[in-house]
Parts: sequence; structure tokens; C-alpha cells
Amino acid sequence: MDWMAWTWPTAIFFAVIASLLITFTVLAIKFPETPRTGILRIETTRGDRLFITLLGSAFINLAWLGIVGAQQPYALIVCLIYAAAVFRWV
Amino acid sequence: MEKTVNQKAWFLVLPVLLLVAFSAVIPLMTVVNYSVQDTFGNNQFFWAGLEWFEEMLRSERMWDALGRQLMFSGIILAIEIPLGIFVALNMPKSGFWSSFCLVLMSLPLLIPWNVVGTIWQIFGRVDIGLLGYTLDALGINYNYTQDILAAWVTIIVMDVWHWTSLVALLAFAGLKSIPDAYYQAAKIDQASRWKVFRFIELPKMMGVLMIAILLRFMDSFMIYTEPFVVTGGGPGNATTLLSIDLVKMALGQFDLGPAAAFSIMYFLVILLISWVFYTVMTNLDKREG
Repeated sequence: MDWMAWTWPTAIFFAVIASLLITFTVLAIKFPETPRTGILRIETTRGDRLFITLLGSAFINLAWLGIVGAQQPYALIVCLIYAAAVFRWV
Repeated sequence: MEKTVNQKAWFLVLPVLLLVAFSAVIPLMTVVNYSVQDTFGNNQFFWAGLEWFEEMLRSERMWDALGRQLMFSGIILAIEIPLGIFVALNMPKSGFWSSFCLVLMSLPLLIPWNVVGTIWQIFGRVDIGLLGYTLDALGINYNYTQDILAAWVTIIVMDVWHWTSLVALLAFAGLKSIPDAYYQAAKIDQASRWKVFRFIELPKMMGVLMIAILLRFMDSFMIYTEPFVVTGGGPGNATTLLSIDLVKMALGQFDLGPAAAFSIMYFLVILLISWVFYTVMTNLDKREG
């Protein structure tokens, strides 16, 4: 694994994403759902909303880094608000 | 009636996922690891945090390359999509000539990318290339190694030559799937040629056209080989598209950290645009179906 140049922060980052994926897989099996149409007027399942959340969060973090500077904990707060909004309304 | 969706079939893609893990996921994870570190080779890494991302976001070089890239993709889409539709509309619909056209048009798609680059690199040369020599003889100043406009025209014409067939073939497939009844109805209504196109052919082709736009956009957004062979990114940096710049940074300068940060942002943009296209496409299907 040496060649992959692991660091603790990136390992935690990937662990969080992996556990999110596993959680949503388990949720999808245990509680099958109906896709719904939200404010984007597209049909989404929980998995879709997770994808929108993660992709959007990446851009929020980049924008924060570019405009405000390297204070990612604050960007993460914005991401959480964004995530809540996506899961509530999209 | 609303039905719950059973997503269990997704487990069937697990073997593919395993393969993709080795070809894409693990390399991508490594890139993420590189992007937060600095290295001077020898597999020794030093923590750099988000420094490279900040540097890249503020780097004019990356924004310029992105601008050129968007311009390139925009121009080739604006040419290839209408041209492809036009070619498909004018192709013989059946019989020997139809097959002949199909085979003829697939030919550019079969040529390896570096060969396409070499063909155009020689074709455009003023001393031995047919195109360059002819233009020069006509008194037109054409030199793609020194003139920015000539370089751009060359790589755009090359891409149009290489990929318009793909759009035409997809559009042709879309046209072939329209039942005759639609045309008969249009005839009864005495619809003009334009109206047949606008209200029958275009809506029926929408699905395949979206695929064509998505494929052409992604391919052109990631294009490397052809412009690299023809212009090498020059004159100056005039045709240095995103991937050419990325390779220069990663392999030429061995700046692994900044290049990794660059590739992650590049990847995110492609992921976003692909997702938008995919969503639009599947929603179009649902509305039609």
C-alpha cells in the first residue's frame, strides 16, 4: 500500500464515503422506496440525493477554498445545510 | 399506481465494480492522496494540505486552459451536431448505397487517434502536405505551427473530420426508427419539409442526439492525442487544452501534487456535466415513454 501514498486525512475521507455508500445500500434493501420528484423536477431516490449531495459538496468546498480561503470546517457546515436541503426538497 | 423500486439488481454489477476498482477507483484514490502531498520522487511524500488546490484555483494557467477547452468543445459541438444531422437526413435510407455510406462513414472512427493526428499533421504541412501546399499556392497564409488561427482551424477541422460520422450514424439510427405512418400523416396534412423535420424527425431523434452530444462533449473535453500530435499545444500555449496542460504538469515538470489537484477538479467538472446530461436524457425517456 506504500505506493498509494496514504495519509490519515485521506483515509478518513474515503472511509466516510465508503460507510455512506454501505449505509445507503443497506437502507435501500431494508426499506425499498418510491422515487419522488422534487424542486429539480427530476425523479430521485435516496441514492440519487446522496450523489447530488456529495458532488455538490465537492464544488462547495472548492468554491470556499477559492473565494474565502482554506477554512474547510466552515465549508463543511455549508455542505451539511446543503445536504439537508437536498434530502428535504430535491 | 406508484411502485417501490427494487434496487437489488445492482448487486449483479459487483464483478464489474471489482474490475473497475483496479482500473479506475484505486488509481483515483491514489490521485487524491497525491493531491494533498508534495514529493521529490523516491516515493517520499510530505503533507501539504489543500495548498495545491488553492494554488490551482488561483492559477491563470488552469483557467486559461479551461477557457480554451470550453471553446474547443463548444465549437466542435456547434459544427458536428448540425452537420451530422444534415448528413443523416441526406443519406440513402435503404439498399446497397445505404450500407455503402454507413461503411464509408465508419472509416474515420476506426482510425487510431495518434494516426489521425499524424495524418493531419502531414496533410497541413506547407512543404509536403496536400492541404498546406494547396492553401499556400492559393496565396493564403496558412502555417499551423506559427499562426494561432491556423492551428485552431486545423484541430477543429480534424475533429470534425474524425467524429461527425459518429453523430451522423447515431442520427441515422434515430431516423430509421421512425415508423412510416408519421410521414404518411404529415403528407396528408401537407406538411412542409421543414415542418416534417421540426415536428417529427427532430423530436424522435432527441434521445440519440442527447447521447451524441454527451459522447462528443466528453470525448472532446478529454481530448489529448490528436491536438498533441498536430500542434503539441502550440503555437505558444494557444492550443494547450486541459489534458495537454495536465500531462505537461504531471510528467513534464513532475509536479505530482498540483497535477493531482488539477485532475481532481477536471474529473469533478466532467462528472457534473455527465450527470446533468444523463439526468436530462433519462427524464426525456420517461416523459416520452
